[in-house]
Amino acid sequence: MKWFWYASPQTFYPLAGRIARWSALGAAVLAVCGLYIGFFVAPTDAQQGEAYRIIFIHVPAAWMSMFIYVVMAVWSALCLALNTRLSGMMAAALAPTGALFTFIALWTGSLWGKPTWGTYWVWDARLTSELILLFLYLGFIALRASIDDPRRADRAAAVLAIVGVVNVPIIYYSVQWWNTLHQGASVSLTRAPSMAATMLAGMLVMALAFWLYAIAVSMVRVRCIIRERGE
Amino acid sequence: MLEAADLHCERGGRVLFERLSFRLEAGEFLRVSGANGSGKTSLLRVLCGLLTPSRGCVRWKGEPVAALREEYARQLVYLGHAPAVKGDLTAEENLSIACTLAGVAASRDAVKSALARFALPHDVPVRRLSQGQRRRAALARLALSGAVPLWLLDEPFAALDTEGIERLGALLSGHAEKGGAIVFTTHQDPGIAATRTLELA
Amino acid sequence: MLAAARCVVYRDLLLALRRRGDVAVALLFFVIVASLFPLGIGAEPNLLRSIAPGVIWVAALLSSMLSLGRLFAADYDDGTLEQMLLGAAPLGVVAAAKAFAHWLVAGLPLVAIAPLIALQYDLGAGLWGILALSLLVGTPVLSLLGAVGAALTLGLRGGGVLLSLLVLPLYVPVLIMGAGAVEMAAAGLGGGGQLLVLGAMLVLAAAFAPWAIAAALRISLE
Repeated sequence: MKWFWYASPQTFYPLAGRIARWSALGAAVLAVCGLYIGFFVAPTDAQQGEAYRIIFIHVPAAWMSMFIYVVMAVWSALCLALNTRLSGMMAAALAPTGALFTFIALWTGSLWGKPTWGTYWVWDARLTSELILLFLYLGFIALRASIDDPRRADRAAAVLAIVGVVNVPIIYYSVQWWNTLHQGASVSLTRAPSMAATMLAGMLVMALAFWLYAIAVSMVRVRCIIRERGE
Repeated sequence: MLEAADLHCERGGRVLFERLSFRLEAGEFLRVSGANGSGKTSLLRVLCGLLTPSRGCVRWKGEPVAALREEYARQLVYLGHAPAVKGDLTAEENLSIACTLAGVAASRDAVKSALARFALPHDVPVRRLSQGQRRRAALARLALSGAVPLWLLDEPFAALDTEGIERLGALLSGHAEKGGAIVFTTHQDPGIAATRTLELA
Repeated sequence: MLAAARCVVYRDLLLALRRRGDVAVALLFFVIVASLFPLGIGAEPNLLRSIAPGVIWVAALLSSMLSLGRLFAADYDDGTLEQMLLGAAPLGVVAAAKAFAHWLVAGLPLVAIAPLIALQYDLGAGLWGILALSLLVGTPVLSLLGAVGAALTLGLRGGGVLLSLLVLPLYVPVLIMGAGAVEMAAAGLGGGGQLLVLGAMLVLAAAFAPWAIAAALRISLE
């Protein structure tokens, strides 16, 4: 089967390069479109003025941070079940990008918070669970870094990623219950259904751009890992 | 009984051994020798099932050991480098706990007599015993493992005096006579004839 | 299988008994950490009463984490952990038994000591019950999740700090529900909901953590 042929790092290496080049191009194009829509085409928000435009980076970054974690967990499960070297390398390649998006989501959210809530940080359900997601990523990266043997590093981190992915919805719901019981969320981060079509379009385009960027960067990184391990 | 087929083991980027195959039948001794770092311990660990080889398969009575898991574990005794005794417990407590965990039935009397056979005090915490005595406390388990067919021993003769070496040799020979199979690694001359030798480069 | 599990628990308890000092240190840590907050924040009674559930829970969490280092490391160093892997019982059962023994030694005493801390914080006596109950249900979850982290970091350089980084995100939901139960009860709204969620977490952890611990142990022992 084609999949298993590509499961060998040597055959995957050139494919990864091709995927990286095309994804990077796609990401650049979509990012330009997305930012253009976000900053020039979408109308000014009635309540928040221009500050809301950070949503075009913040929300796609947050989506990607969660999506990448799930993908990482899938690669980890494959690593443990099928014992292929490439699955472990893919999980390792994705982690720093996931952490980066989580950080961007937190930082842009914080910058958005100042003009809208008057404060840089609030222990809202989403912010808190996003912060913990960052810790989960950092833990994954730290665990890999402390293990010298690449095989053991792959598999130990895989167990951690799977335990973490089970924990992510639990974290989200527990924090949500904690918050709604303690204080009503003063600002809802979900957009009202009647959102201007252009805003939604802008966010989706940016999300796609981030996705292609993540693919490009992780392909480059996996190539580096393949070379490092001398495959 | 025990069969190793085309084993290939890599540790820390170094290939320890490759294309290693052998068969071991009941009543046979396999002596594994080689310089330090040549992979003797890794080979034993592969045979136990603790370490997965990069290539190749270990089979017990025809079945791959990876599939057998606990069933295989019940049929072997592994004594590694570390004596595997808790310093805070007495030799008696250590031995009876080790037997229970291994699923080997051992009454108090049996435990006491096994310890006596190795000239070990019962109720002294192991951390107060000498190095040689600690080693013997680990070996005492063999005296109760007559029913366990496969014995995998890593440097069992290390830190033993001549009397201890003789005692252990007698124990090993007795086990082989009853149909057990033994794989051991050693630097020294064990004084017992090995059925076959495996030299790891 | 049960005989092996019983044996593991008996062994760990016996070892803890022979090293009473280590056990006592972790419990003392619990008391000390909880005592630091009023010193740092100021002794205003209303403030202390309101932060008490959270502080007690955080102190319990940190104390439980402190004693995780002992869980597998000693057995790993002297070779007894390998023997457990090669034992007659499935590794998951052994792992669960060790986590249970860890809870008996490092978690259950916290349940008993917590009311004393609550006294320090002037938390109403009516709340001690739900505080103890939340700790009773929550600390086993901490032991189980912590055991996963301990198994993953066996023999690594990073040691305790790395363990904390790995384990704290997993601990957060337990902390939120545990402290939340007491806070809800303090507000007169009843902590039953949070306790039920804690119970659910315990069931989930008891069902899945032994698998993760066993997998991690096998990986660490390769």
